[in-house]
Amino acid sequence: MALNPPSPMIDERLQDELRKQGVFVTSFQELHNWGRKNSLWPLQFGLACCAIEMIATTMARYDLARFGAEVFRPSPRQADLMIVAGTVTKKMAPQIVRLFNQMPEPKYVIAMGACAISGGPFKEGYNVLKGIDRFLPVDVSIPGCPPRPEALLHALITLQEKIAAETLTGPGRPPHADASAPASYPVPEFGAADLVPPHNPAVFQPPRIVRREK
Amino acid sequence: MPTAEHLHERIRASLPGAAISVVPNGSPSAQHGLLVGTGDAEAVARFLRDDPALRLDFLSNVTGVDHAPPGEPGYLEAIYHLYSIERGHGPVTLRMQTADRSLGARLPSLTPVWRSAEFQEREIFDLFGIVFEGHPDLRRILMWDEFEGYPMRKDYVTPDDYEYEPTPHDTVLERARAHDAPADPPPDGGTPPP
Repeated sequence: MALNPPSPMIDERLQDELRKQGVFVTSFQELHNWGRKNSLWPLQFGLACCAIEMIATTMARYDLARFGAEVFRPSPRQADLMIVAGTVTKKMAPQIVRLFNQMPEPKYVIAMGACAISGGPFKEGYNVLKGIDRFLPVDVSIPGCPPRPEALLHALITLQEKIAAETLTGPGRPPHADASAPASYPVPEFGAADLVPPHNPAVFQPPRIVRREK
Repeated sequence: MPTAEHLHERIRASLPGAAISVVPNGSPSAQHGLLVGTGDAEAVARFLRDDPALRLDFLSNVTGVDHAPPGEPGYLEAIYHLYSIERGHGPVTLRMQTADRSLGARLPSLTPVWRSAEFQEREIFDLFGIVFEGHPDLRRILMWDEFEGYPMRKDYVTPDDYEYEPTPHDTVLERARAHDAPADPPPDGGTPPP
């Protein structure tokens, strides 16, 4: 997916020339996005082995701090970014959705690893959710089992590009600038064998299978 | 390290009439098990824990097995692995079998003897449906309370929640075929995928 920055209010080359001369010209939107994309605070929680890779990413060798995202918060009230790192069990899914609802806008979701994006090797299991995108609006998915720390860094950079390309007004603006966007996502209930509902129809529709007769 | 035969003799000498037998293990490890009857399980467990020569004071693992031969209801089994921290020996394998599962799967709880059995017996209750009588807090532990059925049993029927697999094969392919939609053109008028 190509992430194009929004059309600049002034000519980009003129802006570059002015910067070389020490004149800094910007727009509120650009400044706003620049500030937010460089201080994403993730929510501190891990679900499975992917969390080990996430922890490695924050440590000195890969150093997530280079991207301003090293401040893992223990409270959803202080977090901007939810990294769903690992297998989401059906028993855990309502808590994940509840934590996401408790995070203030603007907020983003990275689904890390095969389990978080689809259920992975446990997809047919009796207690594994087939991907957190059934209940939450996932911004970036990282395949891998587990993804290497570089993949998580790439996902963070991709998310930063996505934030830099956000517009504060007009159609396609992000949920935090859109009063009609849902303020929270419904928390599923426990049923006899699965969550009720098994997915949130507003964010996820299972693919319809069409096979041609042989 | 006391052998299973030796333990069997010790238990028979101390607890005459206890229903206990040795289950041979044909593998190279030769860790023969002790099969104990449900009525005498707690007495045997207390003997194994308290006998000064044995002192099996550490219950390391409890697990369940579903023995379901084809065409028979079969029975369920709980297996306890014991070690002695004090004497430095082990493991001793203690096994208990339920009656035919159609008669209900009930076993005596060994949590009063080894406290560490509490969560593991709850797990076996959760996944195999063995009811441990005398357990202080027998609730589901991994699955949610509203869940119905015991998913590790061989007769557990998974709910029909198949949606989509990109590359189905084997049993998943059979499920995929059962869910194939009739081949009609997609609503946008494009060509159906190959």
